[in-house]
Amino acid sequence: QRCLSLIKSTKFLNAYITVAEETALKQAEESEKRYKRGQPLGVLDGIPIAVKDNFNTAGIETTCASNMLKGYISPYNATVVQKLLDQGAVLLGKTNLDEFAMGSGSTDGVFGPVRNPWSYSRQYKEKSVPKSHSEDKDSNWVITGGSSGGSAAAVSSFTCFAALGSDTGGSTRNPAAHCGVVGLKPTYGLISRHGLIPLVNSMDVPGILTRCVDDAAVVLGSLAGHDPKDSTTIQDNFKPFELSDLTDVSKLSIGIPKEYHAPGLSSEILALWSKAADLFKNAGAKVIEVSLPHTRYSIVCYHVLCTAEVASNMARFDGLEYGHRSDMNKSTESMYAATRREGFNDVVRGRILSGNYFLLKQNYENYFIKAQKVRRLIANDFVKVFGSGVDILLTPTTLSDAIPYMEFIKEDNRTRSAQDDILTQAANMAGLPAINVPTALSERGLPVGLQFIGRSFQEKQLLTVAKWFEKQVKFPMIQLDEVKRHDHGVFQHQKSASFLEHRT
Amino acid sequence: MSGSVLQYCSTTFAITLCLWGHPYLNSIFLLFFFFFSLTPWVPVVGLEIHAQISSNSKLFSGSQVQFAAPPNSLVSFFDASLPGTLPVLNRRCVEAAVMTGLALNCSINKKSLFDRKHYFYADLPAGYQITQQRVPIAVNGSLSYSLCIDNKMSQMVTKTVRIKQIQLEQDSGKSLHDDVRSQTLVDLNRAGVGLMEVVMEPDMCCGEEAAAAVRELQLILQTLGSSQAVMAEGQLRVDANVSVHHPGEPYGVRTEVKNINSIRFLAKAVDYEIERQIEELESGGTILNETRAFDSKLGCTVPMRDKEGKQDYRFMPEPNLPPLILYNARSLPANMNHQQVVNIDWIHERLPDLPSVKRAKLVEQYGILPEHSFTLLNEAGLTEFFEDVIKQTQMKPKKVIGWILNDLLSYLKQHSLTVKESPVSSFLLADLLNRLEKKEISSTAAKQVFAELWKGEGKTPLEIVKEKKLQLIQDQEDLERICQAVMAIKSGNRKVLNKLIGLVQRETQGRSNPVLVKQLLEKKLSE
Repeated sequence: QRCLSLIKSTKFLNAYITVAEETALKQAEESEKRYKRGQPLGVLDGIPIAVKDNFNTAGIETTCASNMLKGYISPYNATVVQKLLDQGAVLLGKTNLDEFAMGSGSTDGVFGPVRNPWSYSRQYKEKSVPKSHSEDKDSNWVITGGSSGGSAAAVSSFTCFAALGSDTGGSTRNPAAHCGVVGLKPTYGLISRHGLIPLVNSMDVPGILTRCVDDAAVVLGSLAGHDPKDSTTIQDNFKPFELSDLTDVSKLSIGIPKEYHAPGLSSEILALWSKAADLFKNAGAKVIEVSLPHTRYSIVCYHVLCTAEVASNMARFDGLEYGHRSDMNKSTESMYAATRREGFNDVVRGRILSGNYFLLKQNYENYFIKAQKVRRLIANDFVKVFGSGVDILLTPTTLSDAIPYMEFIKEDNRTRSAQDDILTQAANMAGLPAINVPTALSERGLPVGLQFIGRSFQEKQLLTVAKWFEKQVKFPMIQLDEVKRHDHGVFQHQKSASFLEHRT
Repeated sequence: MSGSVLQYCSTTFAITLCLWGHPYLNSIFLLFFFFFSLTPWVPVVGLEIHAQISSNSKLFSGSQVQFAAPPNSLVSFFDASLPGTLPVLNRRCVEAAVMTGLALNCSINKKSLFDRKHYFYADLPAGYQITQQRVPIAVNGSLSYSLCIDNKMSQMVTKTVRIKQIQLEQDSGKSLHDDVRSQTLVDLNRAGVGLMEVVMEPDMCCGEEAAAAVRELQLILQTLGSSQAVMAEGQLRVDANVSVHHPGEPYGVRTEVKNINSIRFLAKAVDYEIERQIEELESGGTILNETRAFDSKLGCTVPMRDKEGKQDYRFMPEPNLPPLILYNARSLPANMNHQQVVNIDWIHERLPDLPSVKRAKLVEQYGILPEHSFTLLNEAGLTEFFEDVIKQTQMKPKKVIGWILNDLLSYLKQHSLTVKESPVSSFLLADLLNRLEKKEISSTAAKQVFAELWKGEGKTPLEIVKEKKLQLIQDQEDLERICQAVMAIKSGNRKVLNKLIGLVQRETQGRSNPVLVKQLLEKKLSE
């Protein structure tokens, strides 16, 4: 209930597309009963969670922030959603995103852009000096990053304990970095994609957004494992784990891939990155520079593979079985064309067009096959580095802190995605687990995060190191005065410990 | 000159079409060659056959497979391609394909891949079909089939067609066009049903060969149980690629004939298309690389309206399915759950006898003619019926086969019944044949009994024999009296003896013992 009222008071963030108030209250009530009986379903029982609106939820609208699926109510739950519900979690609602998760700003959905809660934090307000006095105070708000910006904002603004995102090229880690939360992209094949509306099947993974690494481990434990409905999940049994406090990092070998010193990397982040490396070094870890030579080709290949799969995956949206259908009824073909023109935004249509171009018979060899070959080289780069004794790679997550919306929309989605995914998509190309850990505030008072990339299916090691790092950097709490003010009434009524107070 | 050739050509072909399974086109072309000194045409026929896999559930989903179920009653979320659904491969379909591959002498790929083939059509909900374009499950096989020369059952030749590959793929749904209300209705019951596409190399040269090859494939599939292969229910669908060229020249432009839904029509469609192409080329025209449909009412092929003009299917690997890995006894991983692996050797050991083997065994075991073994296998259940009769009768198989093929089968054909539906059971037929063998009745009488049995009134042969008084008349006085009567009408010489015997038989409704009658008549004549 607290969370629901917080959602209401933070409505201006536009983090949620659908708030499932009724079902959430009912779920919470049932959970309370279970607790009273002393039979909670698991660690997540009664825990409020939010789910990105590209996961199917039975009975609750699933839109992908697209006209195509506006009003679409799925008849089934995604496996991850079902698993959360089976554990007693309370599903608060569906979070905003770029249309069909295509974007890096959470600005390109049909329900409008998501605002970064940090835009309204004391930290940001104190440090950001309005360029001119005439400028509208409200236009300074910064983006959340994307495409899981709604989920990141929801966690960051305390409206839920954890949120599901999806990560295809960085869509969980990027907004996590901008919103100052933990964003985990697990190994491809560890968590079921069944029910996640695909962007790129060969790279998509459900992502986990939480406020701390421990929480991410808990959620991961409840989601991971083989799903007979997803043939790409691994057969091995997954054992949920608790993270121990790492006291000794001296046996660790941290790799610093030099190629991640990418053009456009802000000096601030660069400094933070080396500071983090020093932190490990000073604690006794082995820190070595490594090379992933094919990294620079990665984003181009990512683009080819991504658009090709997009073109294919989007073919099913023809207005026949479900979703938007145009009134145009001259012929089946004209109905298709009108439906897809009305249903998809420019970004989606653009990617469909280029993807189909890459898949044409005369281009397939030159683009798709080549990109796949390079993808293999990129994956091999990682294999080699990890084979040489490196345990974890440490890199920045983003090139800079979050930029104001007005600034962001000066470039198109394609350019932005290419810039913003540059440090994150290689992990998707290789299927590796990676996590954003909020590290510090920038000069402007905005969160900056660093990324750890681990070996395949070595989530435990990755999260243990991330937890150690989290403890060292002591990332500050967001100070949401405005929310508190808006939320004053609620605070008065509810004296019980909220997540907010609990955490601070 | 050329006009007359064409005329000749058409009439000859008309004959070919009438007598299905009659003269070879080749020999017709040779005729051309001799009579008109024209360069002959070599027709080339290749086939793509889609066989629906006999399985309880679809290729990638748990929905049931059933013919003629209420529209859209067998559709899972995946079949309707709801967003977020993923394919899960049906093990039974893989086994069926492996079985079929082995039966067609293919090498089975231990690792095969799935691809997406994209096109927009109302009955293809995902906008793509999952198929095996790059690495199919089975490749490089062969199929031997036999056909008779000059429509004479006694002159059979065996031919072989190479099998290029067998691939697993999804069936599409069905579109029903309502022209009156100008709408299209879509039934997705069939969407996602598992198909084996069998690609035959262009090793055939006429409709008859194509038909014989498909018939043999059909028998093999039915023997394996990998497909029910009933063409009328769309479980076996044939597309024929047809072209013609002059000997020594490269293959001509080919057309693809679709919508062929019976083996008879296949032969007709192919022969028509060959004739059409030759006519077209001889009159200076060109052949378009196009898709044509066979119109069974008109007996000709017509161009199909292309769905999207020239198609680029934009093939792409299916990312949601890992490579399909098959094992043999040696590569079988010890720690793997047996439910999750397909063992090629295991399937190989359990293959049933294929039709060719069955035929050889029948010929050897019962001493019947090879062509009879073909007829036995061609009719579902007939071999079993034949063998059942043999078990219950003292009559020699060589004689039994005549009854099976000449009497039972022709009755079945006349009434369009299957062996299973036969009103005369193997038990009754055996009983009848035993009476014939014991000379209780004449063969003419036996035929009458058979006709009675066919009525299915629940009478036994003995009852019918008694009722109709069909026992062989053994009483000499009786016969003498009858013969006398006949003699009174006819006084003749020895040449009409047989005719007289016939008359006696007619008089006695076939009940008189012909040997006895003959003796009596001879005696009378010599008097």
